[in-house]
Amino acid sequence: MNGFSRRRVLRGMLDGGAITVGLPLLNSFLNGNGTAFANGAPLPVRFGLWSWGLGMSRSAFVPKKTGKDFEFPEEIESLAPLRDHINVLTNFTAFRDSEPLKGHITGWIISRTGAPPNGNNLTGETYDITIANQISRTRRFKTLTANAAASARVSFSYEDANTPNPAEYSPLQFYARLFGPEFNDPNAQDFKPSPRAMSRKSALSAVMEEMEWINKRVGAEDRARLDQYFTGLRHLEKQFDQQLTKPEPIAACHPPVSPKDSEMKLGNESPLVAQRNKMMTDLLAMAVACDQTRVINMAYADMLSNTIKPGYEKPHHTTTHEEPIDEKLGYQPNCSWFTRRCMEGFAYFVQAFANIKEGDGTLLDNMLIVADTDHGDARIHSLEDMPVLTAGRAGGKFKTGLHVDMKAAPLSRIAYTALRTMGVDVQKFGEKSNQTSDVISEILV
Amino acid sequence: MRLFRKLLRPRSTKRKHTLFTFSATLLAATMLAGAASGIPNLSFAAETHSVSADASIGMPKHLRLLTTQQYINTIQYFFGPDIKTDVKFAPLTRTDGVLMAGTSVAGVSDAQIETYQKVANIVSNQVVDPRRRDTLFPCKPASETAADNECAGKFLNRVIDYLYFVPPPKEHVEKLVAEAGAAANRLHDFYAGVQVILESVLLSPSVLLVAEKEEPDPKRPGHMRLDAYSQASRLSLFLWNAAPDPMLRAAAIRGDLFSEKSRTRIVDAMLKSPRLEIGVRAFFDDMFGLEEMEALSKDATIYPFFLGGVAADAREQTLRTVVDQLLTKNKDYRDVYTSRETFISPALGVLYGVQTAPGWLPYEFPHDAHRAGILTQVSFLALNSHATRSSATLRGKALRELILCQKVPPPPANVDFSAIENPDPKLKTARQRLDVHRQNPVCAGCHKITDPMGLALENFDGAGRYRLVEKGATIDPSGSLDGKIFTDVDGLGQAVHDSPALPTCLVRRAFSYATAGVLPVSSEPVLAQLNKKFAADSYRLRPLLKAITLSDAFSAVSETGPKPVSPEKAASILTPNKVASNP
Repeated sequence: MNGFSRRRVLRGMLDGGAITVGLPLLNSFLNGNGTAFANGAPLPVRFGLWSWGLGMSRSAFVPKKTGKDFEFPEEIESLAPLRDHINVLTNFTAFRDSEPLKGHITGWIISRTGAPPNGNNLTGETYDITIANQISRTRRFKTLTANAAASARVSFSYEDANTPNPAEYSPLQFYARLFGPEFNDPNAQDFKPSPRAMSRKSALSAVMEEMEWINKRVGAEDRARLDQYFTGLRHLEKQFDQQLTKPEPIAACHPPVSPKDSEMKLGNESPLVAQRNKMMTDLLAMAVACDQTRVINMAYADMLSNTIKPGYEKPHHTTTHEEPIDEKLGYQPNCSWFTRRCMEGFAYFVQAFANIKEGDGTLLDNMLIVADTDHGDARIHSLEDMPVLTAGRAGGKFKTGLHVDMKAAPLSRIAYTALRTMGVDVQKFGEKSNQTSDVISEILV
Repeated sequence: MRLFRKLLRPRSTKRKHTLFTFSATLLAATMLAGAASGIPNLSFAAETHSVSADASIGMPKHLRLLTTQQYINTIQYFFGPDIKTDVKFAPLTRTDGVLMAGTSVAGVSDAQIETYQKVANIVSNQVVDPRRRDTLFPCKPASETAADNECAGKFLNRVIDYLYFVPPPKEHVEKLVAEAGAAANRLHDFYAGVQVILESVLLSPSVLLVAEKEEPDPKRPGHMRLDAYSQASRLSLFLWNAAPDPMLRAAAIRGDLFSEKSRTRIVDAMLKSPRLEIGVRAFFDDMFGLEEMEALSKDATIYPFFLGGVAADAREQTLRTVVDQLLTKNKDYRDVYTSRETFISPALGVLYGVQTAPGWLPYEFPHDAHRAGILTQVSFLALNSHATRSSATLRGKALRELILCQKVPPPPANVDFSAIENPDPKLKTARQRLDVHRQNPVCAGCHKITDPMGLALENFDGAGRYRLVEKGATIDPSGSLDGKIFTDVDGLGQAVHDSPALPTCLVRRAFSYATAGVLPVSSEPVLAQLNKKFAADSYRLRPLLKAITLSDAFSAVSETGPKPVSPEKAASILTPNKVASNP
């Protein structure tokens, strides 16, 4: 095959004095059909969230037919080549119950937490974190959050109401974090535990003892925040451990070269957003391929997207509220132009994972990606008619190639389905009208 | 041998950098020493500043996170201003108009701790860099390729003494020194050993967190006050936007902050320190929401001159103006809204249509330029606009909320804006377009709160450039603010200057910022006292800062932990009910 045998690699490692030997993700270690490890353990299923702002134009987005063989209307035609990898789910409802509607905030918060915001705040963690705590705690990064909006403030992943996961917004800095000097290349020829990492770990442990007396100064109301700090330091310790451990080889892992400074441009013009989406996507895809994390979170733009169409007077958000509906087309043409750019961004994102071989299939086959937004018709801040896209087969648990009309079902059902699919043993998700215990069986195998 | 080398070191030249680093501290120290030895303070010696006891309910104590800038300032005050890092911590949530209040509730994700580590790594490597180590270390190791616990101990003791908000037990420092030694021997490099431990110290919760703690106040039985460390931190973070320096901490440990006399001396010295400017800049940057300038961009096809550097310079211009007016010239706070004095850089010259030279130059706009007060500066105008056009509504809202502490209700949901904003080509100016809003009673309620003053700024486009016409139609910049009618933006500036909400809003924001929290209802009597004092001091900033820091409420801790007022209820002259009843 490629000159490796399981026995030879294991012997080589032990002779080399490596401390820990895990199960490598080399194809030669997989079973006959490439869907599981030779010992029967399945390939890990990875989870991703992707978001775009400001909903869609119903008549240009929602396919006429349901089930297989549906047509891709013009607003999502960029997804047509990915038909076999994706599902289009339409006509969800997010329920705000008695809470006031906070335009552009309520929708995504219900989508991610199953409950409307309290004031402007989330009432709990977003469900990508629930999944990450289940499947990704052992990884170098529990989760990775990035955006193409060039702003640290655009993140839709929260540990709790006051703890957003800060978003990577600079491809250069993101590259340095992922593949800089602290990256432990799983396919490196020789591995020697770094004495420096050993010392750093030891020093960190000593400093962590300070928690004890700080704890004595802190009241019960702030204890949880202190615990977060401690958990974060433990996470650093674990990262050092991983640097000191010979990593398992991973055939799919090919660290990219660093993005160039000249490719980095700030600004909200649509082509710049698209360019940053590509750069961030490539980095996220390789981070997953190299098993640095198993949960990712990407935002194409803010929900209140200020993406600019060059030469057109209004940015995306303003356009949704102020552009008249073209009577012949039946929708707002410039608004739809913006949504099409978002869909192209999602197509690139999905394709990036489909391009990476893993086992007999692709990395995408072993992923579940969910794309969501803040509104159905953003023009009137509608929480009805909300669309969701999924991509990947979740290691064989998901069907693809379907359009499902959800018939006004709670939007929280997609989160519940994702939680269950990713192995989180919850009996329900969401509050009040958003509470559900129903998976979307149409898309499950 | 080691002693010999030490003696031979030309201290005067080698320690120059360190002396510079500590100069601000020394200045403060000299002042403290001077004050302690009875030398009177010139500017505020005659003033008395006790806010009476019935206004001393106390504020909640907090577990605070240092902001990015507080961390960097603290590092730079100690290791020198050439220690650089561009890493930013997670953004904070603005609560009740103050970003600093977010530091008392913000959680810490794993990713945030990774960010702390990244900064700590960058800083510690710069500190041990061969170009800096000789000036930043108080000693030289016996050998550069092995441990020297004595020298490492001297260095680390100093660092920890300065950076930790509470001194750690001696044994703990010894342990850290031993770690540095073990690392040095393992890496065969003394400085690498110190770097490793310094990195961990720099991301320690003892450095990045301030855990305020209360203790019984012996002077007021039954009441609680912040302990000495907490008071030193609160003072320093407020006035200097950095952790306390060793002098302040030493004074706190001696108990100097608990006696009114010595506390007054310490505050006076802090108010005279050059670091006050740093603190005042940070406060106004927070109050005016200028952090948003970092992500501000304009449509390049419409505003081709609004390049990357413009936003940064516009932010800097406003901060320079405020510092110049309020600290350098000791002027009335209200003058900030009418003064024509400012500073100009080349990037801004293009926008303002002013001839410039390299660097920042003081500049006074002519009388007829309509550039009086910070509302007419590019920072306020461009920030509160869309990427492609100006917005009278956003500008009016920012003036109400940021500067006058009034609450503008959010737009109602489920309104089809396109029906009203459908651009009728006959509607050329913003005034004409917004007039349409007022024909819709649902919109009228809020738009009459924001638009009459926002429209007075319509002579400035979305990037802040002066204009007389929009789409060929002459702009009418007349308007009103709370019953005061004016014909142009100069009138708006005067109306803001005269608004009673202007100084009381500054007091509210400053007190909330100083105590890093949303103000509880129980703080109203304190605010009332401070308002009176501020007026009596002719709205000068330094006396206000002094009154705040010397007030009992600043250092007292409420035992009951009053519930914060919800932002909607706080300080609104336009209650939501009033607006809602006007459908």
